[in-house]
Amino acid sequence: MIVGERKPLAEIAAMLKPFGKVCVLGCGTCVTVCLSGGEKEAAETAAALSLLWQKEGKKGEVKTGTMLRQCEYEYIDDYAARLEEYDAVLSLACGVGVQAMTTRLPEKIILPGLNTKFMGYPIEQGVWKENCLGCGNCVLDLTVGICPITRCSKSMLNGPCGGSQDGKCEVSKDVDCAWHLIYERLLKMDMLECMEAVQPPKDWSSSHHGGVRTMVREDVRLESGQ
Amino acid sequence: MNPASNLQKMLESGHFAVSGELGPPKSADIETLKHHAHDMRNHVDAYNITDNQTAIVRTSSIGVAATLIQMGLEPTVQMTVRDRNRICLQSDLLGAVSFGVRNFLCLQGDHAKFGNEPGSKNVNDVDSMQWIQAVKNMRDDGVFIGGEKLEHPLPPVFIGAVANPFADPFEYRPYRLAKKIAAGAQFVQTQCIFDLDRFEKWMEKVRELGLHKKVKIIGGVTPIKSIGAARYMQNNVSGMIVPEELITRIKGAQDKKKEGIQIAVETIQRLREIEGVAGVHVMAIAWEEVVPEIVERAGLYPRPQLS
Repeated sequence: MIVGERKPLAEIAAMLKPFGKVCVLGCGTCVTVCLSGGEKEAAETAAALSLLWQKEGKKGEVKTGTMLRQCEYEYIDDYAARLEEYDAVLSLACGVGVQAMTTRLPEKIILPGLNTKFMGYPIEQGVWKENCLGCGNCVLDLTVGICPITRCSKSMLNGPCGGSQDGKCEVSKDVDCAWHLIYERLLKMDMLECMEAVQPPKDWSSSHHGGVRTMVREDVRLESGQ
Repeated sequence: MNPASNLQKMLESGHFAVSGELGPPKSADIETLKHHAHDMRNHVDAYNITDNQTAIVRTSSIGVAATLIQMGLEPTVQMTVRDRNRICLQSDLLGAVSFGVRNFLCLQGDHAKFGNEPGSKNVNDVDSMQWIQAVKNMRDDGVFIGGEKLEHPLPPVFIGAVANPFADPFEYRPYRLAKKIAAGAQFVQTQCIFDLDRFEKWMEKVRELGLHKKVKIIGGVTPIKSIGAARYMQNNVSGMIVPEELITRIKGAQDKKKEGIQIAVETIQRLREIEGVAGVHVMAIAWEEVVPEIVERAGLYPRPQLS
């Protein structure tokens, strides 16, 4: 899932300063599951903001709503009429949602209420971990299901660097060395030979480094191209 | 292939090599560095110039190399893959070769988090292994990473890498060295050796795999200047092991600096006894003036003069 974290209230208040009537809009998918931008968080944010505005003597109104997916035009279209009354929308969706909303509702000010952190999953209640950088050319077959592009701090493809000690990354004792994990798993599965060949430089053009990515599937495209 | 450099000649003729290390300053004023280089000129065969070590912005390794060459000294240019993509790495290598650099040490580089620009992007376009192989391919096959041919062949260059017997998984480390050799490494410098027992264990496996016959292994030696320096390395430098006994020994000594030098000399003497160790790399960080004394007392002076 896409993991987000709500921006600090002070930052949100500063960005909403010019606006009187605001909708804090939750998103019902990833950010609901990671407890950062769903219906509940939208209500909490709106309440906190109202309280702050009251304290500051700012005139205005904060309401809330939740859209199932802010990243799909059909959901945006269904919801659009309910946003008409607002000067601005504080979106608690990820950056994808904020931009889909902006593109579909170009007359509206859509502001980001979250910092989009990464693609990952909860490894325990309340702890989320990054797992995929979306590099566009998956190597998990070579590394027995542990991604060195994402989970090695240096995105190395040929084994652990000299900073790996006691299974931890040099960057932090809280970060596992991905290559240590890969090594241990290969050892267990009697597949250590996977680490022998020198993996050639990665073609990063399939990743963001190649420029903005668009994927076209002609087989599922409508004739109108929409 | 003819030896690319004095360092390669020294190692291949079977002499126990000595290299020194120069850390460029956080300014463009390299006068002090030049003095250090001058002062150890009769005691080392080549000088490693670090590449923004611990991710701190400093005068570039290649820039300092140009000065050393003007001084008639032999640089080993360290090149990390942390700060440059493959376009820049290859271009910088060509630039350095163009004015006479022949020794290159290819390494990954500490994470930028440790340095004075912690908010910078860590490039890591290629990894250290791929960079070693890329240099080899440029030299031996005349091709860039992208497959295009160099317009003129590269003269011989001596390709170095690093090895850290003190990193984990320990059992994997000799195999990582084997991989670096397969990629093209001709010499390796190790992380500073303070835990000789662990180093010897690593060397045992290295010999068992026959790697010492395929690559010149240069042991890293750092004289400990103070308890503070030892603690700093113990706690803040990644991939180091500084045994507590060593610190106790220095603590107990009347003249702590003298003891630090003595330990370095003993380390070199012990390294010379280990089969497969082809030289030492003396990294006297912020203590360059003691290099001549260490080299002399370790019995490595005068340096052989090769034609």
